Amino acid sequence: MTPLTPVITAHWDEPDYFTLEGYRRFGGYRALAKALTMEPDAIIGTVKDSGLRGRGGAGFPTGLKWSFVPQNDGKPHYLVVNADESEPGACKDVPIMMANPHALVEGVIISSYAIRAQHAFIYIRGEVPQAIRRVAAAVREAEQAGLIGDNIQGSGFNLRVTVHSGAGAYICGEETALLDSLEGRRGQPRLKPPFPATHGLYAVPTVVNNVETIANIPWIVNNGVEWFRQFGTEKSPGFKVFAVSGHVNRPGIYEAPLGITMRELLDYAGGVRGGDGTVKFWIPGGSSVPMLTADHLDTPLTYEAMAEAGTMLGTGTPMVFNNTISVVKAVTRWLEFYKHESCGKCTPCREGTYWITGVLERFEHGAGTDPDMKLLEEVCGQIAGRSFCALGDAAATPYPAALKYFRDEFVLATHTPVDETFPPVAGYVFSEVAAR
Amino acid sequence: MTLAPQQTSVQPVDSVTVTVDGIDVRVPKGMLVIRVAELMGIEIPRFCDHPLLDPVAACRMCLIEIEGQGKPQPACAVTVSDGMVIKTQRTSEMAEHAQEGVMEFLLLNHPLDCPICDKGGECPLQNQAMTAGRPEARFEENRRTFPKPINVSAQILLDRERCVSCARCTRFAEQIAGDPMLELLERGAQQQVGIGPDAPFDSYYSGNTIQICPVGALTSSLYRFRSRPFDLVSTPTTCEHCASGCALRTDVRRGVVTRRLAWDDPEVNEEWNCDKGRFAFLYNADGRLETPLVREDGELRVASWPEAVDIAARGLAAARGRAGVMLGGRLTREDAYAYAKFARLALDTNDIDFRNRLSSDEEAQFLASSVAGRPLGPTYADLESAPFVLLVGLETEDESPIIFLRLRKASREGRIRVQSISAVRTRALDKMQATWWPCQPGNEAWALRQIIDGPQGADALAGLRQPGAVILVGERLAAVPGALSAAAALASATGAQLAWVPRRAGERGALDAGALPALLPGGRQVADATARAQVAAAWGVDSSVIPTAPGRAAAAMIDAVLGDRKRGDADEEPSVKALVVAGLDVEDYPDADDLRRALDAVPFLVAVSSHHNEVTERADVVFPAAVVAEKAGSFTDWEGRVRPFGPAIREASSVADGRILGMIADVMDVPFGSGDFASLRAELDALTPSTTDRSAAPTVSSSTIQAPGSGYALLSTWRLLLDRGRLQEGEPHLAATARPTEAVMSRATAESLGVANSATVTLSTDSGAVTLPLSIGDVADGSVWAPLNSEGSALLGIGATYGSVVRVTGGAA
Repeated sequence: MTPLTPVITAHWDEPDYFTLEGYRRFGGYRALAKALTMEPDAIIGTVKDSGLRGRGGAGFPTGLKWSFVPQNDGKPHYLVVNADESEPGACKDVPIMMANPHALVEGVIISSYAIRAQHAFIYIRGEVPQAIRRVAAAVREAEQAGLIGDNIQGSGFNLRVTVHSGAGAYICGEETALLDSLEGRRGQPRLKPPFPATHGLYAVPTVVNNVETIANIPWIVNNGVEWFRQFGTEKSPGFKVFAVSGHVNRPGIYEAPLGITMRELLDYAGGVRGGDGTVKFWIPGGSSVPMLTADHLDTPLTYEAMAEAGTMLGTGTPMVFNNTISVVKAVTRWLEFYKHESCGKCTPCREGTYWITGVLERFEHGAGTDPDMKLLEEVCGQIAGRSFCALGDAAATPYPAALKYFRDEFVLATHTPVDETFPPVAGYVFSEVAAR
Repeated sequence: MTLAPQQTSVQPVDSVTVTVDGIDVRVPKGMLVIRVAELMGIEIPRFCDHPLLDPVAACRMCLIEIEGQGKPQPACAVTVSDGMVIKTQRTSEMAEHAQEGVMEFLLLNHPLDCPICDKGGECPLQNQAMTAGRPEARFEENRRTFPKPINVSAQILLDRERCVSCARCTRFAEQIAGDPMLELLERGAQQQVGIGPDAPFDSYYSGNTIQICPVGALTSSLYRFRSRPFDLVSTPTTCEHCASGCALRTDVRRGVVTRRLAWDDPEVNEEWNCDKGRFAFLYNADGRLETPLVREDGELRVASWPEAVDIAARGLAAARGRAGVMLGGRLTREDAYAYAKFARLALDTNDIDFRNRLSSDEEAQFLASSVAGRPLGPTYADLESAPFVLLVGLETEDESPIIFLRLRKASREGRIRVQSISAVRTRALDKMQATWWPCQPGNEAWALRQIIDGPQGADALAGLRQPGAVILVGERLAAVPGALSAAAALASATGAQLAWVPRRAGERGALDAGALPALLPGGRQVADATARAQVAAAWGVDSSVIPTAPGRAAAAMIDAVLGDRKRGDADEEPSVKALVVAGLDVEDYPDADDLRRALDAVPFLVAVSSHHNEVTERADVVFPAAVVAEKAGSFTDWEGRVRPFGPAIREASSVADGRILGMIADVMDVPFGSGDFASLRAELDALTPSTTDRSAAPTVSSSTIQAPGSGYALLSTWRLLLDRGRLQEGEPHLAATARPTEAVMSRATAESLGVANSATVTLSTDSGAVTLPLSIGDVADGSVWAPLNSEGSALLGIGATYGSVVRVTGGAA
């Protein structure tokens, strides 16, 4: 059994860990002191060597991303933290910001120093005001302690940090839409190239990183590449904040090395709750990645193994479904989400999600047809790879995977409403509700 | 300024080799794939792509395959690189399939109202649905609908359910016009084009959005439901409004002009025009003169052409040598030339003036030395590539909207610095990121001299000394003594190119045609014997036939008529016994009452006009003239570029001015020719440009103007693009998009005049007053701006014009 490896989450049970004092008591901001004695390029090199991959979903190597920022170009640089966690099923960035905001702040300062940014922005999802307040408070504390501001700890490095609240759009988690939103425009993805590394916020070099990615930085700087690489695999080094949710007995945050299996995480989470106690299907990291079944419980949760299994690690927030759940219904809910959140910019995503949702809603009411199954596959195929950004691609993933593993349920839904084949009452949490 | 031909330097271009559908082609590096395909004649379907807008890659219709890329790529956003292998829908199943998919998506929610849609028959969606669409729809769900239509302005209507969200209109508004009031709202399938609350799409260029809309989502109040495209007969034409010289397409339905579109001329208007050019054409049909009229017993009555021609010829023959010609600024080049020739040959006079506006002898001298008969240039392309442009007495958006678009284009690309010497910091200046030099009206000459002499002019001086710099002067500098002299001196001192931008379409052509007292066709000087001999030879007459006596400008002609009358000396022959007046609106003349008195007093008045007006009602003989849409002709734009056009209404029975003069001259037995369009054009082309000597630039000295007394302000004013102009009559939707009629002054001025808290102010002169809402803005201290000829602000009617001192009081008079 792979042991859990609490690093970012190690001291979350300390009541004051979210304060500067609490964070410092357990070694907080030592990495910053060390980083400020290093050459910025050396920090980029360390992060590169560590093999840290972006924790926002795409898994792009962080150090490589940083090295794309042109240096000595006479322009301001910006670091933007993507804290717009809105993926259905994903709940890891908000807990990190709530329980360990200073790890994020320390990471922001070190990362900014490395890429020569003098202004960093933390773009937080607008629906979580408590996280915004907490991060803002941590930034304020750090400012008062001289960790943010002019000439930080006598290093000559100046930094301002701005905490910005989103206004409730999933698309603003897409990095270029986030930049547009941050600039005060309507959040829609930008044409790439040019990429943010050269033309990002206000058209200057910008690095956009996920909260968890940045929160990893202090530990990597403090403990070094060797230490970091002892966790995980060659291609997926390090540890990951796995947020397990759905039909499990102990949903929550489990920090473990990459490469742990879902079966192990399920054990930590107390096994499947409800239904017949088995996993019907699960998603490794948000609704944007194709679903897997009980057959894949022993597949390592790494970027490469998930890709091999036909899915993606995504945000690394597995969601588990027991046998009381209709796949048709689950997919319909997800597609309704994408239809609602499609920004409207490109045709395939805007119109395709509208179409798929309409057809799926018919299936949900037992009014799908046999040709509709094929049609939906084709429509998904016409969205994936044709849309402007990854939102369209994501919207096209749930249905094909569901059809692959659970074709029978769609056939059932050509004549019987899913609420009859899968009575919602069977999945209710409280037995007394079920009894009524 | 230099007369040397322009150097055309060919820049070496890095080129790359790419393969499109199996064909190797060498193209400039960085070109978009879709443009490369166009060059090769391969049409990739598209909606959001527009060559003059930034790529957005939103519609995804142009997806093509690029070898080595797993997914189809948008041809409108991918630039070519060496060795790229591109497969369009013609050779790639992936591309064809992707395009079919996008087309199917686009049609999901698109209403099937093609039979009643204005765009039906000329609709890119309709056309491309035929090539890339499926024969049958597979979509069975409910279509998204919106209440229809909504007004995004008084003129522009939006049917949201037809929209395919290509964002051409919103990008045009933001990128080209700089009026970002049109925006995409909401998201997903609910995404729609819209405006802010109480913030309509207030743009002089709004009509272009209709034309570039690839579906029928945007329509105009004027054209909506009026016609089907296949019932229209289209003619390439030139806009008759301002001197920008826009290429247009005029669409005629059953002999009536029904629609006008901007036509594509990359050298001039690119693919744009202004709303006046697009929507102001209803005058073509309304209030026209249909037959000649003659005065009998004090009343005008209908007459036959031979009778009217006979009366006119006899009257003018009797006044030969004592007749003058007054013209408006909108005659075609050929017609203006006909008047210039008619005056010299038939009337034996140099008394001819096309400037029915503020004018001066200094201006005439300036036009003769620096503008008339000059070859092309500076051009729009010169403006676009200029490092520095100085505007003096010219409000580009109102007075030459395409100049504004070019300057904005260059400023958006960061290549140009624009500075403006003006009393008002206008919206246009901000949209060009221009530097505003506050200058009281009348102080322009002083300001221009400051560039060379004054300490604060160093920046402009350095700018003007850069190769390619341009000075643009507007026609209202004629009202400022010394200003045109100073502009000419500044241009020759710095080497900057100098261009005069008149406001009316016909002025530059009339100037080149010799419709000024001291000028013969081609910018030749009347005083120059060689020039007279050249013109006489072209006209087939002896050079002694061309009068040598100096001619009189409009004001002097009016004085001559009125002076004779005032003297009341029966023995003295009046020096002007007859006037020929054509295409002229009395209200446009700065002292309209003087002009009216002169028209009343002159013993014999011939009017040539397309419409009934104050001239025709005073005339002894009236000839109905063809409007621009009914005849062939040309205008010369501000660049000096000849912009020819053919008749849009071919079945019109009206007659062009030149032909009318030909008939009169024939009866007078003057060797004028028939006055038909083709021979007039051939003669004028042969006379242009001139190689004779030019006169020297004027050197009128200037002094700074006196500050107005307490309670008074200096008036800065010009005509707004959309105002009371006669040619805009009959189009209420267009009129409703005019900018507000208001008086604007700085806070300091308002306070010193004691009107800062007034909602309205009254501007008054000895002759009258107008009351306007007061707006506080960036206006040079001591001055007030108000529109010259807008509803409720007809300033010429109270004797106020550019640089006048007006009394300013709070509230109504």
